[in-house]
Amino acid sequence: MNTWSRGRRARTVLKVTGVSAAALLALTACGGSGGGGSSSGGGDPQEFSFLINAENTTIPDELTTLSKDQCKAENKDLPLKIETVPQTQLDQKLQLLAGQDALPVSFAAGNTPALTETLDKDGQLLDFEKTFTDLGVIDQISPAAISTIKSLYGGKFNVLPYQYNIEGFWYNKKIFADNGLEVPQTYDDLVSDAAALDEAGVQPFSASGEQGWPLTRLISGYLSRELGPDAMQRIKDGDAKLTDPEYVDAAQKIADLGDKGYFGKGLGSIDYDTAINTFLKGDAGILYMGSWVLGSFADESLNKIGSDNIGFFPFPNVEGGAGSSEQLPANVGLPMAFSAKQYNKKVGAWLKCIAENYGQASLEDQNSISGFVPATTPELDPLTKLVQDTVDKTTESTLWFEALFGSKATTVSQTNAAPLVSGDQSPEDFMKKVQDAQGSK
Amino acid sequence: MDRVLGDKKTILMLLGPALLVYTLVMLVPVLISLGYTFFEGNAITGFSFVGLDNITRLFHDPDVRHALWFTLKYAVILTTLQVALGYGMAILYVFALKRGSGVVRTLLFFPVVLPTVAVALLFQKFFEIAPQTGPVNAILNSLGFASVDWFGDAGHAFVVLILMDLWRSAGFYAVLLYAGLVDIPEEMLEAARLEGAGTLQLIRHIVVPLSMPVLLSSLVFSINGTLKVFDSVVALTNGGPGSETTPLTLYMFQTSFSYGEYGYGASIALMLTVLCLLFTIFVFRSSRRDVTES
Repeated sequence: MNTWSRGRRARTVLKVTGVSAAALLALTACGGSGGGGSSSGGGDPQEFSFLINAENTTIPDELTTLSKDQCKAENKDLPLKIETVPQTQLDQKLQLLAGQDALPVSFAAGNTPALTETLDKDGQLLDFEKTFTDLGVIDQISPAAISTIKSLYGGKFNVLPYQYNIEGFWYNKKIFADNGLEVPQTYDDLVSDAAALDEAGVQPFSASGEQGWPLTRLISGYLSRELGPDAMQRIKDGDAKLTDPEYVDAAQKIADLGDKGYFGKGLGSIDYDTAINTFLKGDAGILYMGSWVLGSFADESLNKIGSDNIGFFPFPNVEGGAGSSEQLPANVGLPMAFSAKQYNKKVGAWLKCIAENYGQASLEDQNSISGFVPATTPELDPLTKLVQDTVDKTTESTLWFEALFGSKATTVSQTNAAPLVSGDQSPEDFMKKVQDAQGSK
Repeated sequence: MDRVLGDKKTILMLLGPALLVYTLVMLVPVLISLGYTFFEGNAITGFSFVGLDNITRLFHDPDVRHALWFTLKYAVILTTLQVALGYGMAILYVFALKRGSGVVRTLLFFPVVLPTVAVALLFQKFFEIAPQTGPVNAILNSLGFASVDWFGDAGHAFVVLILMDLWRSAGFYAVLLYAGLVDIPEEMLEAARLEGAGTLQLIRHIVVPLSMPVLLSSLVFSINGTLKVFDSVVALTNGGPGSETTPLTLYMFQTSFSYGEYGYGASIALMLTVLCLLFTIFVFRSSRRDVTES
């Protein structure tokens, strides 16, 4: 082996190594960008990519309708592409995408306002106050919706009010009438109505234990009636703990309902759709849900009991409690945000079109009340009108159980709700777990 | 050939690219992950140095204790069952079914190729209680027993999880061990039979010792696979009810990507790595001893 050939081999080795390294660098570079499936990252999206939780069908349906009608031109420039993820996995996906600067043009911004605030602090969220003012459509958003958003999301208007929801109990009027029941005025009335339904062989409540939040909402509902509308704020401020006796007592009250079998069998496996279907098939008397559920109520293939047959009552008063049933939990649904980094003129055009048309379209097509001002008030169906009237009458809004929790406490609360209500976990243990998780973050 | 492979530069040229890829996609992330154990934060908020805080927190976190206990329980029980069942099936193929075992082997191997999520959905439906009564509860009802909420409490959910993974993986271990068993020389078995050995004696004195190496390899595979269980738990119970069926891997994933604590998540990953290492060393040590004995 002579020196020449050795030298040539050494160069070949260097070349091979160099080429491999370059190829790898190129690969790594590709891996880093390209967010939201097909958008090309960094401010020049080729599609109006929209990542949303799979459970929400209202917004994707409505945007799709808009893309074929009022926003046709905008859709031609920047085609709408919807991608879904189960709500329970949304936070993970967002954190991964945000970490790589790969968020899509628009996305559901997390299960907790805490995560939404984190994304905002990192400069990922578009400021709608400025954007809508620049686009000249800020008056298309109702001031009440903006104030609800600001109170939930750290004083900023950075999520869209695609929905403006109130929450409470929906009940089957026929089942109530058949059993001689009246709309409950107090929590004790609610429990005795449930007992009467159970005795008559009707499952009193339908709820999704798999989601967990429909159960923890009952705890916060009770707390806001018993201790006043600031019950959950006091936890956030550190003035009270979830392990305090009055808080544990609220969890006990809801666990008692489960203990008596009022939520039916296999609570932990019941998913969102099943819970809604059980109510809409007439198999359960009462459903606690936000007014976003009107979309499902309006779907005749789902609603077997008929919209006329559905009534609404707020979480009833607790006798001697500091809160009142006129204070309702209000929210804008799961927050839907726009990426600040993917924003450009074409996205602005879409946003303008949404601001101008969404309110009207969602009222007409889905009976869904949004925070966008409709151009004209169409003839509302009775249930939508009922919600609209209730919104108008609401004096003060309250917070849901996890509204001010961090990601960990939210997960712990929602995954342990079903064991609490099924009797596999004591209210003390449940509240301690959630409090510990809140404390560790 | 020897001259070519004896040349260091040739070796470097042949191994270089592969080694580079391996280093970049395996070793670098492993080291970065190890580095994360000293930091707190996530990709959105940035990182801050916390020293050994994450490691000390591991020892005081009740959730880690719970997840560790679940992981060990799951790994030991499932490894024992799937290797034992696989071995039983392999013996059946070789000694009872003999040449006709092809169809049975294919059928029993079939669950291995099914996607985990599909299998999990299948088992969820099998053990369903509401809104429909699943076949298992229907059978219980027809025998006069009340329906069981299989996913409602930790014990039952664990049983379903073990059954599902056993069904999914026993076929694989059967084929693996079958390969070891067919290697046993027929003459040796014949000789033992002529000496008057019964089936049980044959298995105990000839088959088990001679298939020990492949049996131990199966154990190593199995224990490492089961300690790192993730997909079947996520698809079947998602760690529930509560966090009762949450293994270390799922807790690590939640901590890192749901709670945004990359550093603590990396510490849990480190703990899992050490655990896998300890189990593997343990199995290999006993393997060395046993092989010399045989």
